Amino acid sequence: MPTFVRTEKCDGCKGQDKTACMYICPHDLMKLDKDGSETGHAMRAFNQEPEQCWECYSCVKICPQGAIEARHYADIVPLGGSVQPMRGSDSIMWTIKFRNGVIKRFKFPIRTTAEGSIDAFGGKPMPKVAELAAGGTFTSGVMGGFRAGKPEELIRK
Amino acid sequence: MAGTFEKPEVVQEELDALIIGGGMAACGTAYEIMRWAEAVKAETGKELKIKLVDKAALDRSGAVAQGLSAINTYIGDKQDPADYTRMVSNDLMGITRDDLAYDVGRNVDDSVHLFEEWGLPIWKTDANGVRHDGADAIKEGIPALKDGGQPVRSGKWQIMINGESYKWIVAEAAKKALGLDRIQERVFIVHLINDKNDPSRVAGAAGFSVRENKIYIYKAKAVLLAAGGCVNLFRPRSVGEGQGRAWYPVWNAGSTYAMAAEAGAELTMMENRFVPARFKDGYGPVGAWFLLFKARAANGYGEDYMTKNKEMLNDYPPYGKANVPAACLRNHLMLKEMKEGRGPIMMDTITALAKLRETLSPKEVKHLEAEAWEDFLDMSVGQCGMWVGENIEPEKKNSELMPTEPYLLGSHSGCCGIWASGPTDVGAPTASDPELDGVPAHLPRGWNWGYRSMTTVKGLFTAGDGVGASGHKFSSGSHAEGRMAAKGMVKYVLDNANMKPEFDETAEQIAETIWRPVRTYLQHKDYSTAIDINPNYITPKMLQFRLQKIMDEYVAGVATYYNTNDVLLKMAEEKLDMLKEDSLKMRAKDLHELLRAWENYHRILTAEAHMQHIMFREESRYPGFYYRTDKNLIDEENWHCFVNSIYDKKTHKWTCFKRRHTDLVDKSKLFHH
Repeated sequence: MPTFVRTEKCDGCKGQDKTACMYICPHDLMKLDKDGSETGHAMRAFNQEPEQCWECYSCVKICPQGAIEARHYADIVPLGGSVQPMRGSDSIMWTIKFRNGVIKRFKFPIRTTAEGSIDAFGGKPMPKVAELAAGGTFTSGVMGGFRAGKPEELIRK
Repeated sequence: MAGTFEKPEVVQEELDALIIGGGMAACGTAYEIMRWAEAVKAETGKELKIKLVDKAALDRSGAVAQGLSAINTYIGDKQDPADYTRMVSNDLMGITRDDLAYDVGRNVDDSVHLFEEWGLPIWKTDANGVRHDGADAIKEGIPALKDGGQPVRSGKWQIMINGESYKWIVAEAAKKALGLDRIQERVFIVHLINDKNDPSRVAGAAGFSVRENKIYIYKAKAVLLAAGGCVNLFRPRSVGEGQGRAWYPVWNAGSTYAMAAEAGAELTMMENRFVPARFKDGYGPVGAWFLLFKARAANGYGEDYMTKNKEMLNDYPPYGKANVPAACLRNHLMLKEMKEGRGPIMMDTITALAKLRETLSPKEVKHLEAEAWEDFLDMSVGQCGMWVGENIEPEKKNSELMPTEPYLLGSHSGCCGIWASGPTDVGAPTASDPELDGVPAHLPRGWNWGYRSMTTVKGLFTAGDGVGASGHKFSSGSHAEGRMAAKGMVKYVLDNANMKPEFDETAEQIAETIWRPVRTYLQHKDYSTAIDINPNYITPKMLQFRLQKIMDEYVAGVATYYNTNDVLLKMAEEKLDMLKEDSLKMRAKDLHELLRAWENYHRILTAEAHMQHIMFREESRYPGFYYRTDKNLIDEENWHCFVNSIYDKKTHKWTCFKRRHTDLVDKSKLFHH
């Protein structure tokens, strides 16, 4: 299955032009069943090709209703465990439940700047077209990351 | 006019530069190319038309979609790009392009410093040697890497991050640079178009929307092809739902290699593969366990196979003699235990964590436990699913390791890909240096031919998994490589200002080819009552199973413990020929299946290249990844060279040939113990 959609929680992202899980799935697995003809549940999303699911959790993390969970690969994993995140703007909280009932919780940072705040070229130099053939990038001079290397290491130069 | 499934709309657009793909490499290209495009506009007033086309959504596409717990290539201020170049070479058994690796080595930290500036949390070590996660480090006032902050090394080249949103962050910078009008998501490019007046030039690319009945045809002077490596061309160890739990992302379908080959680009080292030894079934990362937590692995009877079998390394001089033996050789020693029935291979997490506990406070132990789980949660949640399902708490229960099914890629610990033009200032061979016999006359001599990162097809560029003979770039190096390609692309566009690309096929022909699986379905669907059983077509899913079975059983998959030979390869060739013929009969009952049909066509061409290269290279260059049992040795005298190939899209035949290997840095430094 790997990820699945909880029938009573999914609202088909109504009012939006596309569902969040359909938008984000890197492998085109999530599908909105508009009229219920495919699943019996109209206006709910479902995983249309579960054996192709990487369990990347992109859909789980983005779902605004928290309607998506994973039932881990049934041909590999004993039933009963669960791994569920809550992704915020600067951190993610994980609740992991073992088959034997043990529960652990972890919280990790995910980002140190506000979402949408990246100023791609702010404060960065404007290169000259004549420098196109030279090595490096347009930020080589300012990011402190260009490693020139010891010339004597290049034995054919 | 809006298209229908029966009659799709055809959208055409003319560009200067087209970026195919949305992963780390493509995001690097997007970021760099837009700044140079601004420079061009400022100096000449000319606005370059640029577009990025991604088959998924940029926020979560490519190999880093899920996140990562480490950046595997960060040189730092204490190591030299030449040290990195040597490591790359030895891990890939001596046959890599030093010019390409060196160029990644000197530029990669620039991208990492940008990632941190954009908001990626990077773990730091403080003055007392205590480690802090990326957010805590900022609260503690520890400087950024760029300002002298010290990362937490989980290996000589790796640094730890809180990387759940790694791709999201890198994509945001690419999106901001491009602007949303220059991004087309959910369009799968499946075919490159050559130029009518010069078949060795690219003129554009075509694909289709997986959301609407639309075919997209782009004309472009410069095209970046960066659509990832190849996964699921071999039968995976898990064949039910678990086949989705590939080690590398399941959506990497070999599109980069297949499209490049059909356009006439020279491929390199397609015999190379990666067979990672990972936690069994969940394929979670082992790097932090080995390097950060100092865990050891042993056979089922507690014997450390790296110590027990270390004499086996002597069979492969000089590569087995390096301080860190190549990854394939580590597999080679592990496989001996498995083949002789002394499995399972176990990672001793209990002892490792107990040892660390001896010197840590309870607070530090709690932190350590979180670090161990984060390693999975950031990049391989499925492995957590395994552990919770099997009640594995690593301090109480050890975990099994297993070498996976083979993967083809050029950015991680593999080096298959496209032959690309390198930097000109590192002493690389030029057109006047000697070359081995047999290189087709129309191909360039030397390792650079005008534009950084250009393939042997004019105007076609690549990066990341696309660039062959230079592995170990990983996420950061792929981004850096994408940026280098961007500059080559802009220069190419400016130098060819008056060139007008013209297609060697009509838009109708292109559309007809792309939509063939749909037409096949519509024409034949009512012939039988069961939609999946019909003699007139094959489903993409069954075609993939057939491909995987051939590759697994004849081309050294897990079924034969990675063994093959000349006889088996000949049989594979015949079977793949028929499979490629049958691929013209794939059906697509909807746009989703059309996506799978084209992905699997790309997998077939990639598989053919892999098989042809293994057949041509009459030795076993990567023991532990594959064995030619009829040539079960490394033959430095005859095969210390690149194996390259070209594909003829008219005759459907491959031509393999050798290219001379040259060292640009001194490799003997690897072997001073």
